[in-house]
Amino acid sequence: MSTSTSSPRMGTKELPPGHYGMPGLLRSEWTKLRTVRSTVWTLAVTVVLGIGISALATAETRAHWTPSNAVGFDPISTSLIGIFVGQFTIGVLGVLAMSAEYGTGTIRATFSVAPRRPLVLAAKAVVFGTVALVVSEVVAFLSFLLGQALLSAPAIHATLSSPGALRAVAGSGLYLCLLGLVALGLATLIRHTAGAISAYVGILLVLPIIVQALPYSISIDIRRFLPDRIGAAIITLNNNAHSFAPWTGMLVLLGYAAALLVIGGVLLVRRDA
Amino acid sequence: MIVAKGLTKHYGSKLAVDRLSFDVRPGVVTGFLGPNGSGKSTTMRMIMGLDAPNAGDVTVNGRHYHDLPWPLHEVGALLEAKAIHPGRRAAAHLRMLAEANRIAARRVDEVLEIVGLSSVAGQRAGKFSLGMSQRLGIAAALLGDPEVLLFDEPVNGLDPDGIRWVRNLLKGLAREGRTVFVSSHLMSEMAVTADEVVIIGKGRLISQIPIDELLAQSSQRFVRVRSPEIARLKEALEGGGATTVLEDDGSLSVRGTDEAAIGELAASLPVVLHLLAPQSASLEEAFMELTEDSVEYHGSSGAGSGTSRVSGA
Repeated sequence: MSTSTSSPRMGTKELPPGHYGMPGLLRSEWTKLRTVRSTVWTLAVTVVLGIGISALATAETRAHWTPSNAVGFDPISTSLIGIFVGQFTIGVLGVLAMSAEYGTGTIRATFSVAPRRPLVLAAKAVVFGTVALVVSEVVAFLSFLLGQALLSAPAIHATLSSPGALRAVAGSGLYLCLLGLVALGLATLIRHTAGAISAYVGILLVLPIIVQALPYSISIDIRRFLPDRIGAAIITLNNNAHSFAPWTGMLVLLGYAAALLVIGGVLLVRRDA
Repeated sequence: MIVAKGLTKHYGSKLAVDRLSFDVRPGVVTGFLGPNGSGKSTTMRMIMGLDAPNAGDVTVNGRHYHDLPWPLHEVGALLEAKAIHPGRRAAAHLRMLAEANRIAARRVDEVLEIVGLSSVAGQRAGKFSLGMSQRLGIAAALLGDPEVLLFDEPVNGLDPDGIRWVRNLLKGLAREGRTVFVSSHLMSEMAVTADEVVIIGKGRLISQIPIDELLAQSSQRFVRVRSPEIARLKEALEGGGATTVLEDDGSLSVRGTDEAAIGELAASLPVVLHLLAPQSASLEEAFMELTEDSVEYHGSSGAGSGTSRVSGA
Protein backbone atom coordinates (compact mmCIF):
# COMPACT_ATOMS: atom_id res chain seq x y z
CA MET A 1 0.00 0.00 0.00
CA SER A 2 1.46 3.30 -1.05
CA THR A 3 -0.49 5.44 1.37
CA SER A 4 -0.31 5.43 5.12
CA THR A 5 -3.13 3.52 6.72
CA SER A 6 -3.10 5.66 9.84
CA SER A 7 -6.38 7.47 10.23
CA PRO A 8 -5.99 10.80 11.99
CA ARG A 9 -9.65 11.71 11.53
CA MET A 10 -11.41 8.39 11.69
CA GLY A 11 -13.87 8.30 14.54
CA THR A 12 -12.89 11.74 15.76
CA LYS A 13 -15.61 13.69 14.04
CA GLU A 14 -18.12 15.26 16.38
CA LEU A 15 -21.71 14.99 15.28
CA PRO A 16 -24.42 17.38 16.42
CA PRO A 17 -26.51 15.97 19.28
CA GLY A 18 -29.60 13.93 18.43
CA HIS A 19 -30.43 13.31 14.82
CA TYR A 20 -31.81 15.06 11.77
CA GLY A 21 -35.53 15.65 11.86
CA MET A 22 -38.58 17.74 11.19
CA PRO A 23 -37.24 21.27 11.93
CA GLY A 24 -34.38 20.92 9.45
CA LEU A 25 -36.55 19.21 6.86
CA LEU A 26 -39.17 21.98 7.08
CA ARG A 27 -36.50 24.60 6.43
CA SER A 28 -35.07 22.53 3.60
CA GLU A 29 -38.47 22.04 1.95
CA TRP A 30 -39.24 25.73 2.31
CA THR A 31 -35.95 26.60 0.58
CA LYS A 32 -36.72 24.03 -2.10
CA LEU A 33 -40.17 25.42 -2.79
CA ARG A 34 -39.24 29.08 -2.99
CA THR A 35 -36.02 28.72 -5.00
CA VAL A 36 -37.63 27.53 -8.24
CA ARG A 37 -39.47 29.77 -10.63
CA SER A 38 -42.37 27.38 -11.17
CA THR A 39 -43.54 28.10 -7.60
CA VAL A 40 -43.54 31.83 -8.11
CA TRP A 41 -45.32 31.52 -11.44
CA THR A 42 -48.02 29.07 -10.39
CA LEU A 43 -48.78 31.09 -7.27
CA ALA A 44 -48.83 34.37 -9.19
CA VAL A 45 -51.22 32.87 -11.74
CA THR A 46 -53.38 31.49 -8.93
CA VAL A 47 -53.71 34.93 -7.35
CA VAL A 48 -54.12 36.94 -10.55
CA LEU A 49 -56.51 34.57 -12.31
CA GLY A 50 -58.39 33.67 -9.13
CA ILE A 51 -59.13 37.24 -8.16
CA GLY A 52 -59.35 38.43 -11.78
CA ILE A 53 -62.02 35.94 -12.85
CA SER A 54 -64.03 36.69 -9.71
CA ALA A 55 -63.83 40.41 -10.40
CA LEU A 56 -64.85 39.88 -14.01
CA ALA A 57 -67.85 37.75 -13.05
CA THR A 58 -69.15 40.21 -10.47
CA ALA A 59 -68.55 43.28 -12.64
CA GLU A 60 -70.37 41.60 -15.50
CA THR A 61 -73.31 40.70 -13.28
CA ARG A 62 -73.56 44.27 -12.03
CA ALA A 63 -73.33 45.73 -15.54
CA HIS A 64 -76.33 43.74 -16.74
CA TRP A 65 -78.29 43.88 -13.52
CA THR A 66 -82.09 43.81 -13.72
CA PRO A 67 -84.42 43.43 -10.75
CA SER A 68 -85.31 39.93 -11.92
CA ASN A 69 -81.69 38.88 -11.30
CA ALA A 70 -82.30 39.18 -7.59
CA VAL A 71 -84.36 35.98 -7.51
CA GLY A 72 -82.13 33.25 -6.16
CA PHE A 73 -78.99 35.37 -6.71
CA ASP A 74 -76.03 34.29 -4.57
CA PRO A 75 -73.55 37.15 -4.39
CA ILE A 76 -71.13 35.06 -2.34
CA SER A 77 -70.55 32.19 -4.77
CA THR A 78 -70.53 34.63 -7.70
CA SER A 79 -67.57 36.44 -6.16
CA LEU A 80 -65.74 33.13 -5.50
CA ILE A 81 -65.94 31.80 -9.05
CA GLY A 82 -62.17 32.30 -9.47
CA ILE A 83 -61.59 29.46 -7.00
CA PHE A 84 -62.47 27.03 -9.79
CA VAL A 85 -59.62 28.35 -11.87
CA GLY A 86 -57.27 28.31 -8.87
CA GLN A 87 -57.82 24.59 -8.34
CA PHE A 88 -55.85 23.86 -11.50
CA THR A 89 -52.89 26.12 -10.78
CA ILE A 90 -52.61 25.03 -7.15
CA GLY A 91 -52.81 21.41 -8.37
CA VAL A 92 -49.93 21.97 -10.77
CA LEU A 93 -47.83 23.35 -7.94
CA GLY A 94 -48.73 20.41 -5.70
CA VAL A 95 -47.69 17.96 -8.43
CA LEU A 96 -44.45 19.79 -9.21
CA ALA A 97 -43.44 19.95 -5.53
CA MET A 98 -42.86 16.19 -5.77
CA SER A 99 -42.58 15.26 -9.45
CA ALA A 100 -39.85 17.84 -10.15
CA GLU A 101 -37.65 15.97 -7.66
CA TYR A 102 -38.06 12.80 -9.67
CA GLY A 103 -37.81 14.57 -13.02
CA THR A 104 -34.52 16.24 -12.15
CA GLY A 105 -33.08 13.44 -10.00
CA THR A 106 -32.78 15.62 -6.90
CA ILE A 107 -34.94 13.05 -5.11
CA ARG A 108 -31.78 10.96 -4.60
CA ALA A 109 -29.96 13.89 -3.00
CA THR A 110 -33.05 14.49 -0.87
CA PHE A 111 -33.20 10.89 0.36
CA SER A 112 -29.43 10.78 0.87
CA VAL A 113 -29.73 13.71 3.22
CA ALA A 114 -32.82 12.32 4.94
CA PRO A 115 -33.22 8.58 4.40
CA ARG A 116 -36.46 8.36 6.40
CA ARG A 117 -38.64 9.07 3.41
CA PRO A 118 -42.10 9.43 5.01
CA LEU A 119 -40.61 12.20 7.16
CA VAL A 120 -39.54 14.02 3.99
CA LEU A 121 -43.03 13.65 2.54
CA ALA A 122 -44.56 14.93 5.77
CA ALA A 123 -42.29 17.99 5.72
CA LYS A 124 -43.16 18.59 2.09
CA ALA A 125 -46.89 18.31 2.81
CA VAL A 126 -46.66 20.72 5.76
CA VAL A 127 -44.64 23.33 3.85
CA PHE A 128 -46.60 23.10 0.62
CA GLY A 129 -49.92 22.83 2.49
CA THR A 130 -49.17 25.97 4.51
CA VAL A 131 -48.14 27.97 1.44
CA ALA A 132 -51.17 26.72 -0.48
CA LEU A 133 -53.52 27.55 2.40
CA VAL A 134 -52.18 31.08 2.85
CA VAL A 135 -52.32 31.86 -0.87
CA SER A 136 -55.75 30.25 -1.28
CA GLU A 137 -57.24 32.17 1.63
CA VAL A 138 -55.78 35.40 0.27
CA VAL A 139 -57.39 34.65 -3.10
CA ALA A 140 -60.71 33.75 -1.46
CA PHE A 141 -60.93 36.79 0.81
CA LEU A 142 -59.71 39.29 -1.79
CA SER A 143 -62.05 37.81 -4.41
CA PHE A 144 -64.94 38.13 -2.00
CA LEU A 145 -64.15 41.67 -0.86
CA LEU A 146 -63.44 42.94 -4.36
CA GLY A 147 -66.46 41.14 -5.78
CA GLN A 148 -68.85 42.54 -3.17
CA ALA A 149 -67.50 46.04 -3.75
CA LEU A 150 -68.17 45.63 -7.47
CA LEU A 151 -71.74 44.43 -6.78
CA SER A 152 -72.84 47.95 -5.91
CA ALA A 153 -76.51 48.92 -5.59
CA PRO A 154 -78.96 48.17 -7.05
CA ALA A 155 -77.30 44.73 -7.19
CA ILE A 156 -77.47 42.63 -4.07
CA HIS A 157 -74.21 42.19 -2.23
CA ALA A 158 -73.10 40.39 0.91
CA THR A 159 -70.67 41.12 3.74
CA LEU A 160 -68.51 38.71 5.72
CA SER A 161 -71.13 38.82 8.45
CA SER A 162 -73.90 37.74 6.06
CA PRO A 163 -75.21 34.25 6.89
CA GLY A 164 -72.89 31.61 5.49
CA ALA A 165 -70.46 34.10 3.97
CA LEU A 166 -67.49 33.46 6.21
CA ARG A 167 -67.97 29.71 5.80
CA ALA A 168 -68.02 29.98 2.04
CA VAL A 169 -64.98 32.26 1.84
CA ALA A 170 -62.73 30.55 4.39
CA GLY A 171 -64.00 27.15 3.24
CA SER A 172 -63.16 27.76 -0.41
CA GLY A 173 -59.59 28.63 0.54
CA LEU A 174 -59.35 25.41 2.52
CA TYR A 175 -60.87 23.53 -0.43
CA LEU A 176 -58.05 24.76 -2.70
CA CYS A 177 -55.39 23.81 -0.17
CA LEU A 178 -56.79 20.28 0.24
CA LEU A 179 -56.92 19.84 -3.54
CA GLY A 180 -53.26 20.87 -3.65
CA LEU A 181 -52.46 18.12 -1.13
CA VAL A 182 -54.43 15.63 -3.25
CA ALA A 183 -52.19 16.67 -6.16
CA LEU A 184 -49.06 16.21 -4.01
CA GLY A 185 -50.28 12.74 -3.05
CA LEU A 186 -50.97 11.80 -6.66
CA ALA A 187 -47.49 12.97 -7.70
CA THR A 188 -45.95 10.85 -4.93
CA LEU A 189 -47.71 7.80 -6.33
CA ILE A 190 -47.16 8.54 -10.01
CA ARG A 191 -43.75 10.29 -9.87
CA HIS A 192 -44.11 11.83 -13.34
CA THR A 193 -45.26 15.40 -13.89
CA ALA A 194 -47.39 14.78 -16.95
CA GLY A 195 -48.97 11.63 -15.56
CA ALA A 196 -49.79 13.19 -12.21
CA ILE A 197 -51.28 16.35 -13.75
CA SER A 198 -53.37 14.21 -16.10
CA ALA A 199 -54.69 12.17 -13.20
CA TYR A 200 -55.47 15.32 -11.23
CA VAL A 201 -57.30 17.03 -14.08
CA GLY A 202 -59.06 13.76 -14.82
CA ILE A 203 -60.43 13.60 -11.30
CA LEU A 204 -61.69 17.19 -11.48
CA LEU A 205 -63.04 17.27 -15.02
CA VAL A 206 -63.40 13.79 -16.51
CA LEU A 207 -64.63 11.83 -13.52
CA PRO A 208 -67.77 14.03 -13.15
CA ILE A 209 -68.62 13.40 -16.81
CA ILE A 210 -68.26 9.66 -16.37
CA VAL A 211 -70.41 9.71 -13.25
CA GLN A 212 -72.97 11.83 -15.07
CA ALA A 213 -73.21 9.17 -17.76
CA LEU A 214 -74.16 6.50 -15.24
CA PRO A 215 -77.84 5.71 -14.61
CA TYR A 216 -79.34 8.40 -12.43
CA SER A 217 -80.14 5.98 -9.60
CA ILE A 218 -76.45 5.22 -9.27
CA SER A 219 -74.91 8.60 -10.05
CA ILE A 220 -77.09 10.41 -7.52
CA ASP A 221 -75.34 8.56 -4.68
CA ILE A 222 -71.84 8.79 -6.12
CA ARG A 223 -71.72 12.42 -7.17
CA ARG A 224 -71.43 13.75 -3.65
CA PHE A 225 -68.04 12.03 -3.32
CA LEU A 226 -66.55 13.94 -6.24
CA PRO A 227 -64.17 16.77 -5.27
CA ASP A 228 -65.91 19.31 -7.51
CA ARG A 229 -69.20 18.54 -5.77
CA ILE A 230 -67.56 18.98 -2.38
CA GLY A 231 -66.20 22.33 -3.54
CA ALA A 232 -69.60 23.46 -4.79
CA ALA A 233 -71.16 22.52 -1.47
CA ILE A 234 -68.86 24.76 0.56
CA ILE A 235 -69.04 27.72 -1.81
CA THR A 236 -72.75 27.88 -2.57
CA LEU A 237 -75.37 28.71 0.02
CA ASN A 238 -78.40 26.83 -1.30
CA ASN A 239 -77.02 23.42 -0.62
CA ASN A 240 -77.91 20.63 -3.00
CA ALA A 241 -79.75 17.83 -1.21
CA HIS A 242 -77.51 15.28 -2.90
CA SER A 243 -74.25 16.81 -1.66
CA PHE A 244 -72.46 16.39 1.62
CA ALA A 245 -72.97 19.13 4.18
CA PRO A 246 -70.20 21.73 3.64
CA TRP A 247 -67.86 20.71 6.44
CA THR A 248 -68.61 17.02 6.07
CA GLY A 249 -67.45 17.39 2.48
CA MET A 250 -64.24 19.05 3.65
CA LEU A 251 -63.58 16.09 5.93
CA VAL A 252 -64.10 13.69 3.02
CA LEU A 253 -61.65 15.71 0.91
CA LEU A 254 -59.17 15.76 3.78
CA GLY A 255 -59.59 11.99 3.90
CA TYR A 256 -58.72 11.71 0.20
CA ALA A 257 -55.59 13.81 0.64
CA ALA A 258 -54.53 11.91 3.76
CA ALA A 259 -55.12 8.52 2.12
CA LEU A 260 -53.12 9.44 -0.97
CA LEU A 261 -50.25 10.80 1.15
CA VAL A 262 -50.18 7.73 3.41
CA ILE A 263 -50.16 5.37 0.42
CA GLY A 264 -47.52 7.61 -1.17
CA GLY A 265 -45.42 7.38 2.00
CA VAL A 266 -45.65 3.59 2.02
CA LEU A 267 -44.66 3.40 -1.65
CA LEU A 268 -41.75 5.80 -1.08
CA VAL A 269 -40.32 3.30 1.39
CA ARG A 270 -40.99 0.29 -0.80
CA ARG A 271 -39.76 1.60 -4.11
CA ASP A 272 -36.18 2.32 -5.06
CA ALA A 273 -35.48 6.01 -5.37
CA MET B 1 -15.33 2.17 6.34
CA ILE B 2 -17.81 0.57 3.97
CA VAL B 3 -18.53 -3.14 4.26
CA ALA B 4 -20.60 -4.99 1.66
CA LYS B 5 -21.56 -8.60 2.22
CA GLY B 6 -23.25 -10.67 -0.44
CA LEU B 7 -25.01 -7.67 -1.99
CA THR B 8 -27.50 -8.82 -4.60
CA LYS B 9 -29.89 -6.77 -6.70
CA HIS B 10 -32.09 -7.75 -9.58
CA TYR B 11 -34.39 -5.65 -11.68
CA GLY B 12 -37.05 -7.99 -12.90
CA SER B 13 -35.21 -11.03 -14.23
CA LYS B 14 -32.00 -9.11 -14.83
CA LEU B 15 -29.33 -9.61 -12.21
CA ALA B 16 -27.55 -6.29 -11.74
CA VAL B 17 -25.41 -7.11 -8.71
CA ASP B 18 -24.58 -10.66 -7.75
CA ARG B 19 -23.41 -11.61 -4.23
CA LEU B 20 -20.94 -8.76 -4.11
CA SER B 21 -18.68 -8.53 -1.07
CA PHE B 22 -15.90 -6.03 -0.50
CA ASP B 23 -14.72 -3.52 2.03
CA VAL B 24 -13.50 0.01 1.58
CA ARG B 25 -11.01 1.11 4.22
CA PRO B 26 -10.27 4.58 5.49
CA GLY B 27 -7.04 6.34 4.59
CA VAL B 28 -6.78 5.13 1.01
CA VAL B 29 -8.49 5.87 -2.27
CA THR B 30 -10.37 2.76 -3.35
CA GLY B 31 -11.26 2.60 -7.01
CA PHE B 32 -14.41 0.85 -8.18
CA LEU B 33 -13.80 -0.51 -11.65
CA GLY B 34 -16.02 -2.29 -14.05
CA PRO B 35 -17.25 -2.11 -17.62
CA ASN B 36 -20.40 -0.12 -18.35
CA GLY B 37 -23.48 -1.85 -17.00
CA SER B 38 -21.50 -3.96 -14.55
CA GLY B 39 -23.42 -2.71 -11.51
CA LYS B 40 -21.20 0.06 -10.14
CA SER B 41 -23.90 2.72 -9.88
CA THR B 42 -26.43 0.23 -8.55
CA THR B 43 -23.96 -0.77 -5.85
CA MET B 44 -23.36 2.85 -4.92
CA ARG B 45 -27.11 3.47 -4.67
CA MET B 46 -27.40 0.46 -2.36
CA ILE B 47 -24.63 1.84 -0.14
CA MET B 48 -26.60 5.10 0.05
CA GLY B 49 -29.83 3.29 0.93
CA LEU B 50 -31.51 4.52 -2.26
CA ASP B 51 -32.01 1.07 -3.75
CA ALA B 52 -32.81 -1.83 -1.47
CA PRO B 53 -30.75 -4.98 -2.03
CA ASN B 54 -32.68 -8.20 -2.65
CA ALA B 55 -30.14 -10.02 -0.53
CA GLY B 56 -27.01 -9.21 1.40
CA ASP B 57 -26.10 -6.21 3.41
CA VAL B 58 -24.00 -3.09 3.30
CA THR B 59 -22.97 -0.81 6.18
CA VAL B 60 -21.22 2.52 6.45
CA ASN B 61 -19.14 2.97 9.59
CA GLY B 62 -20.94 -0.04 11.03
CA ARG B 63 -24.47 1.21 10.40
CA HIS B 64 -27.05 0.88 7.70
CA TYR B 65 -27.34 4.16 5.83
CA HIS B 66 -30.98 4.46 6.88
CA ASP B 67 -29.96 4.53 10.53
CA LEU B 68 -27.35 7.30 10.30
CA PRO B 69 -28.37 10.11 12.67
CA TRP B 70 -26.80 12.84 10.49
CA PRO B 71 -26.25 11.33 7.03
CA LEU B 72 -24.65 14.38 5.44
CA HIS B 73 -22.16 14.73 8.30
CA GLU B 74 -21.15 11.10 7.89
CA VAL B 75 -21.35 10.28 4.19
CA GLY B 76 -20.91 12.57 1.20
CA ALA B 77 -21.74 11.40 -2.28
CA LEU B 78 -21.67 12.49 -5.86
CA LEU B 79 -23.92 10.08 -7.70
CA GLU B 80 -25.12 11.90 -10.82
CA ALA B 81 -23.74 15.30 -11.68
CA LYS B 82 -26.79 16.35 -13.65
CA ALA B 83 -29.27 15.51 -10.87
CA ILE B 84 -29.90 19.15 -10.07
CA HIS B 85 -33.03 21.22 -10.66
CA PRO B 86 -32.04 23.36 -13.66
CA GLY B 87 -34.00 26.35 -12.40
CA ARG B 88 -32.41 26.45 -8.97
CA ARG B 89 -29.33 28.52 -8.26
CA ALA B 90 -26.18 26.63 -7.22
CA ALA B 91 -26.06 28.11 -3.71
CA ALA B 92 -29.76 27.36 -3.14
CA HIS B 93 -29.22 23.74 -4.17
CA LEU B 94 -26.52 23.37 -1.53
CA ARG B 95 -28.48 25.36 1.06
CA MET B 96 -31.52 23.08 0.86
CA LEU B 97 -29.27 20.06 1.47
CA ALA B 98 -27.36 21.77 4.29
CA GLU B 99 -30.51 22.85 6.11
CA ALA B 100 -31.88 19.32 6.29
CA ASN B 101 -28.82 18.29 8.32
CA ARG B 102 -28.35 21.46 10.35
CA ILE B 103 -25.26 22.61 8.50
CA ALA B 104 -24.48 26.32 8.80
CA ALA B 105 -25.07 28.55 5.78
CA ARG B 106 -21.43 29.68 5.75
CA ARG B 107 -20.38 26.10 4.97
CA VAL B 108 -22.20 26.47 1.65
CA ASP B 109 -19.90 29.37 0.78
CA GLU B 110 -16.88 27.36 1.94
CA VAL B 111 -17.55 24.35 -0.27
CA LEU B 112 -18.34 26.58 -3.26
CA GLU B 113 -14.94 28.16 -2.67
CA ILE B 114 -13.25 24.74 -2.43
CA VAL B 115 -14.66 23.58 -5.78
CA GLY B 116 -14.08 26.95 -7.44
CA LEU B 117 -17.71 27.87 -8.08
CA SER B 118 -17.96 30.95 -5.83
CA SER B 119 -18.30 33.28 -8.78
CA VAL B 120 -21.29 31.38 -10.19
CA ALA B 121 -23.02 30.63 -6.87
CA GLY B 122 -25.98 32.75 -7.93
CA GLN B 123 -26.40 31.16 -11.35
CA ARG B 124 -29.09 28.65 -12.19
CA ALA B 125 -27.68 25.13 -12.36
CA GLY B 126 -29.32 24.53 -15.73
CA LYS B 127 -26.75 26.86 -17.26
CA PHE B 128 -23.83 24.79 -15.93
CA SER B 129 -21.57 22.70 -18.12
CA LEU B 130 -21.11 19.05 -17.19
CA GLY B 131 -17.79 19.97 -15.59
CA MET B 132 -19.39 22.67 -13.45
CA SER B 133 -22.18 20.29 -12.46
CA GLN B 134 -19.55 17.77 -11.37
CA ARG B 135 -17.95 20.44 -9.20
CA LEU B 136 -21.32 21.35 -7.70
CA GLY B 137 -21.95 17.67 -6.97
CA ILE B 138 -18.54 17.42 -5.29
CA ALA B 139 -19.37 20.55 -3.26
CA ALA B 140 -22.55 18.82 -2.07
CA ALA B 141 -20.55 15.74 -1.06
CA LEU B 142 -18.17 17.89 1.00
CA LEU B 143 -20.92 19.90 2.76
CA GLY B 144 -20.99 17.88 5.97
CA ASP B 145 -17.21 17.35 6.13
CA PRO B 146 -17.92 13.59 6.12
CA GLU B 147 -15.54 10.73 6.87
CA VAL B 148 -16.89 8.60 4.07
CA LEU B 149 -17.05 9.84 0.49
CA LEU B 150 -18.50 8.21 -2.61
CA PHE B 151 -17.93 9.52 -6.10
CA ASP B 152 -19.55 7.98 -9.18
CA GLU B 153 -17.43 8.87 -12.22
CA PRO B 154 -16.32 12.25 -10.84
CA VAL B 155 -13.98 13.21 -13.68
CA ASN B 156 -16.60 12.83 -16.40
CA GLY B 157 -16.76 16.02 -18.38
CA LEU B 158 -13.82 17.67 -16.68
CA ASP B 159 -10.92 19.23 -18.56
CA PRO B 160 -7.34 18.10 -17.82
CA ASP B 161 -6.97 20.75 -15.13
CA GLY B 162 -10.21 19.62 -13.54
CA ILE B 163 -9.15 15.98 -13.68
CA ARG B 164 -5.89 16.80 -11.92
CA TRP B 165 -7.82 18.80 -9.36
CA VAL B 166 -10.21 15.91 -8.59
CA ARG B 167 -7.29 13.49 -8.38
CA ASN B 168 -5.51 15.65 -5.82
CA LEU B 169 -8.71 16.26 -3.92
CA LEU B 170 -9.42 12.52 -3.62
CA LYS B 171 -5.87 11.77 -2.52
CA GLY B 172 -5.97 14.63 -0.04
CA LEU B 173 -9.25 13.40 1.44
CA ALA B 174 -7.79 9.91 1.83
CA ARG B 175 -4.61 11.28 3.42
CA GLU B 176 -6.78 12.94 6.06
CA GLY B 177 -7.93 9.46 6.98
CA ARG B 178 -11.23 9.49 5.19
CA THR B 179 -12.79 6.59 3.35
CA VAL B 180 -12.80 7.42 -0.35
CA PHE B 181 -14.65 5.19 -2.82
CA VAL B 182 -14.56 6.30 -6.43
CA SER B 183 -15.97 4.55 -9.47
CA SER B 184 -14.54 5.00 -12.91
CA HIS B 185 -14.31 3.27 -16.23
CA LEU B 186 -11.07 5.13 -16.88
CA MET B 187 -8.45 2.61 -15.81
CA SER B 188 -5.63 4.98 -16.57
CA GLU B 189 -7.19 7.47 -14.17
CA MET B 190 -7.45 4.86 -11.43
CA ALA B 191 -3.81 3.88 -11.94
CA VAL B 192 -2.71 7.31 -10.80
CA THR B 193 -5.48 7.98 -8.26
CA ALA B 194 -6.43 4.77 -6.49
CA ASP B 195 -4.36 2.78 -4.04
CA GLU B 196 -6.62 -0.20 -4.25
CA VAL B 197 -9.32 -1.32 -6.65
CA VAL B 198 -12.53 -3.29 -6.39
CA ILE B 199 -13.11 -4.79 -9.82
CA ILE B 200 -16.50 -6.06 -10.87
CA GLY B 201 -17.97 -7.52 -14.02
CA LYS B 202 -21.61 -8.45 -14.60
CA GLY B 203 -22.31 -7.49 -11.00
CA ARG B 204 -19.84 -10.00 -9.62
CA LEU B 205 -16.63 -9.32 -7.74
CA ILE B 206 -13.65 -10.15 -9.90
CA SER B 207 -10.97 -8.94 -7.56
CA GLN B 208 -10.21 -6.57 -4.73
CA ILE B 209 -6.55 -5.84 -4.99
CA PRO B 210 -3.91 -3.12 -4.47
CA ILE B 211 -3.09 -1.39 -7.76
CA ASP B 212 0.60 -2.38 -7.69
CA GLU B 213 -0.30 -6.03 -7.23
CA LEU B 214 -2.81 -5.87 -10.03
CA LEU B 215 -0.12 -4.63 -12.37
CA ALA B 216 2.51 -7.08 -11.14
CA GLN B 217 0.18 -10.05 -11.27
CA SER B 218 -0.87 -9.53 -14.81
CA SER B 219 0.23 -12.17 -17.27
CA GLN B 220 0.66 -9.35 -19.73
CA ARG B 221 4.15 -8.77 -18.29
CA PHE B 222 6.70 -9.35 -21.00
CA VAL B 223 10.21 -8.42 -22.07
CA ARG B 224 10.98 -6.59 -25.27
CA VAL B 225 14.16 -7.63 -27.02
CA ARG B 226 16.07 -6.35 -30.06
CA SER B 227 19.02 -8.06 -31.59
CA PRO B 228 20.77 -8.24 -35.01
CA GLU B 229 20.41 -12.04 -34.73
CA ILE B 230 16.82 -12.12 -33.59
CA ALA B 231 15.97 -15.42 -35.28
CA ARG B 232 18.69 -17.30 -33.45
CA LEU B 233 17.68 -15.79 -30.14
CA LYS B 234 14.03 -16.58 -30.77
CA GLU B 235 14.85 -20.22 -31.41
CA ALA B 236 16.95 -20.48 -28.26
CA LEU B 237 14.30 -18.80 -26.11
CA GLU B 238 11.56 -21.08 -27.37
CA GLY B 239 13.84 -24.04 -26.77
CA GLY B 240 14.00 -22.86 -23.15
CA GLY B 241 10.21 -22.85 -22.84
CA ALA B 242 9.45 -19.15 -23.33
CA THR B 243 6.79 -17.90 -25.70
CA THR B 244 7.79 -15.23 -28.17
CA VAL B 245 6.08 -12.99 -30.66
CA LEU B 246 7.97 -11.27 -33.43
CA GLU B 247 6.50 -7.77 -33.65
CA ASP B 248 6.07 -5.74 -36.82
CA ASP B 249 8.90 -3.42 -35.87
CA GLY B 250 11.34 -6.33 -35.69
CA SER B 251 11.46 -6.53 -31.92
CA LEU B 252 10.63 -9.68 -30.03
CA SER B 253 8.09 -9.84 -27.19
CA VAL B 254 9.05 -12.57 -24.76
CA ARG B 255 6.77 -14.05 -22.14
CA GLY B 256 7.40 -16.80 -19.59
CA THR B 257 10.88 -15.75 -18.55
CA ASP B 258 12.52 -12.60 -17.21
CA GLU B 259 15.13 -10.10 -18.40
CA ALA B 260 17.93 -11.63 -16.35
CA ALA B 261 17.46 -15.08 -17.89
CA ILE B 262 17.24 -13.62 -21.39
CA GLY B 263 20.48 -11.64 -20.88
CA GLU B 264 22.31 -14.70 -19.65
CA LEU B 265 21.02 -16.82 -22.50
CA ALA B 266 22.13 -14.18 -25.04
CA ALA B 267 25.63 -14.08 -23.48
CA SER B 268 25.95 -17.85 -23.63
CA LEU B 269 25.03 -18.10 -27.32
CA PRO B 270 26.56 -15.45 -27.81
CA VAL B 271 24.14 -13.00 -29.38
CA VAL B 272 24.40 -9.23 -29.22
CA LEU B 273 21.41 -7.47 -27.65
CA HIS B 274 20.35 -3.97 -28.70
CA LEU B 275 17.40 -3.79 -26.35
CA LEU B 276 16.35 -5.68 -23.24
CA ALA B 277 13.35 -3.95 -21.71
CA PRO B 278 10.83 -5.38 -19.25
CA GLN B 279 7.35 -4.08 -20.02
CA SER B 280 4.54 -4.00 -17.53
CA ALA B 281 1.02 -4.00 -18.81
CA SER B 282 -0.99 -0.86 -18.37
CA LEU B 283 -3.82 -1.05 -15.90
CA GLU B 284 -6.07 -0.85 -18.92
CA GLU B 285 -4.67 -4.09 -20.27
CA ALA B 286 -4.70 -5.78 -16.90
CA PHE B 287 -8.31 -4.76 -16.48
CA MET B 288 -9.32 -5.97 -19.92
CA GLU B 289 -7.74 -9.28 -19.18
CA LEU B 290 -9.62 -9.65 -15.92
CA THR B 291 -13.00 -8.63 -17.23
CA GLU B 292 -12.73 -10.25 -20.63
CA ASP B 293 -15.34 -12.83 -19.83
CA SER B 294 -17.72 -10.57 -18.02
CA VAL B 295 -18.27 -7.69 -20.35
CA GLU B 296 -21.96 -7.04 -20.73
CA TYR B 297 -22.04 -5.38 -24.11
CA HIS B 298 -19.63 -6.42 -26.81
CA GLY B 299 -19.28 -4.32 -29.91
CA SER B 300 -19.41 -6.42 -33.05
CA SER B 301 -16.12 -5.07 -34.42
CA GLY B 302 -14.15 -6.17 -31.38
CA ALA B 303 -14.93 -9.84 -31.72
CA GLY B 304 -12.68 -11.92 -29.50
CA SER B 305 -10.72 -9.06 -28.05
CA GLY B 306 -13.31 -7.96 -25.53
CA THR B 307 -12.01 -4.46 -25.81
CA SER B 308 -14.70 -2.84 -27.86
CA ARG B 309 -17.87 -1.96 -26.06
CA VAL B 310 -20.89 0.17 -26.46
CA SER B 311 -22.32 2.08 -23.55
CA GLY B 312 -24.51 0.24 -21.13
CA ALA B 313 -26.99 1.60 -18.66
